[in-house]
Amino acid sequence: MGSEGEASPFVRPYAVTGGRTQSHSQLAMEALVTVTARGWNVMHTLVPEYEKVCRLCSEFKSVAEIAALLKMPLGVTGVIVGDLAESGLVSVQQPDDPDSQPDLALLERVLIGLRNL
Amino acid sequence: MKIVIAGGFGAGKTTFVGAVSEIVPLTTEAVMTAVAERVDDVRGVPGKQTTTVAMDFGRVTLDSDLVLYLFGTPGQTRFWFMWDDLCRGAIGAVVLVDTRRLADSFSAVDYFEDFGLPYVIGVNCFDGKLVHEVSDIREALSVPQDVPVVTLDARDRESVKAALIRLVQQSVSFRTKVGAPVGTGIS
Repeated sequence: MGSEGEASPFVRPYAVTGGRTQSHSQLAMEALVTVTARGWNVMHTLVPEYEKVCRLCSEFKSVAEIAALLKMPLGVTGVIVGDLAESGLVSVQQPDDPDSQPDLALLERVLIGLRNL
Repeated sequence: MKIVIAGGFGAGKTTFVGAVSEIVPLTTEAVMTAVAERVDDVRGVPGKQTTTVAMDFGRVTLDSDLVLYLFGTPGQTRFWFMWDDLCRGAIGAVVLVDTRRLADSFSAVDYFEDFGLPYVIGVNCFDGKLVHEVSDIREALSVPQDVPVVTLDARDRESVKAALIRLVQQSVSFRTKVGAPVGTGIS
């Protein structure tokens, strides 16, 4: 995985990410993550933390949910998801520019969705 | 998509999230490394201090490809540096107010005003009765006239839904008024 050193399967999440707590790509905590077909096929070869993320995302989960369910800090989870995404093992759905505010069409859909709850 | 739920300790943030969430509200822990004098001292890490900030959140699926997350702000004011991450790209915020402790909400109101994030004030009526008039609360919090102040019961799903709808409407009018670019990626 990452370029900053290979990790053994026996290390804690921080070591797995080579001490990184910031992903290269800015991942929003509400970004939705799904394992890709390739990710599903190769996940058994990955370091456990990475495999767990792939397995968990057989149905889409947000970065925050992954962190909560796997009991990993948010920053580390972002790094792992970022690595997996760079390798094409998961796909990430989030706005092109996470800093931008949601557009009006999207807000309308949220309104409709809330009313239909 | 996300909405931020703010308010002082005990204002009912987790109850509010739980009332509409399709999952039992989860807690995630963000480990913050900050050069801050006010956070706890960590021995043996010179020049760096870390602290763990817990926040609760819930999830509401609105459509097959549209999921709304509700994030509760870490209650303690010293964790405000976390709020920037929470608020970036958010639809807006609901500031939950406990009328017995109005002052607890001042800081959240100031923060969202500064950040330019649309928000509504949600007055949580714990026992079904309103202790203060809405106009009094508005005045006490000195929120602008165009910021909605709604009363709600954080335990009640319909009541929480209504507050969220009001916020999204506020977000729509805010965007239209401010003349912010329509469409993602233009700003």
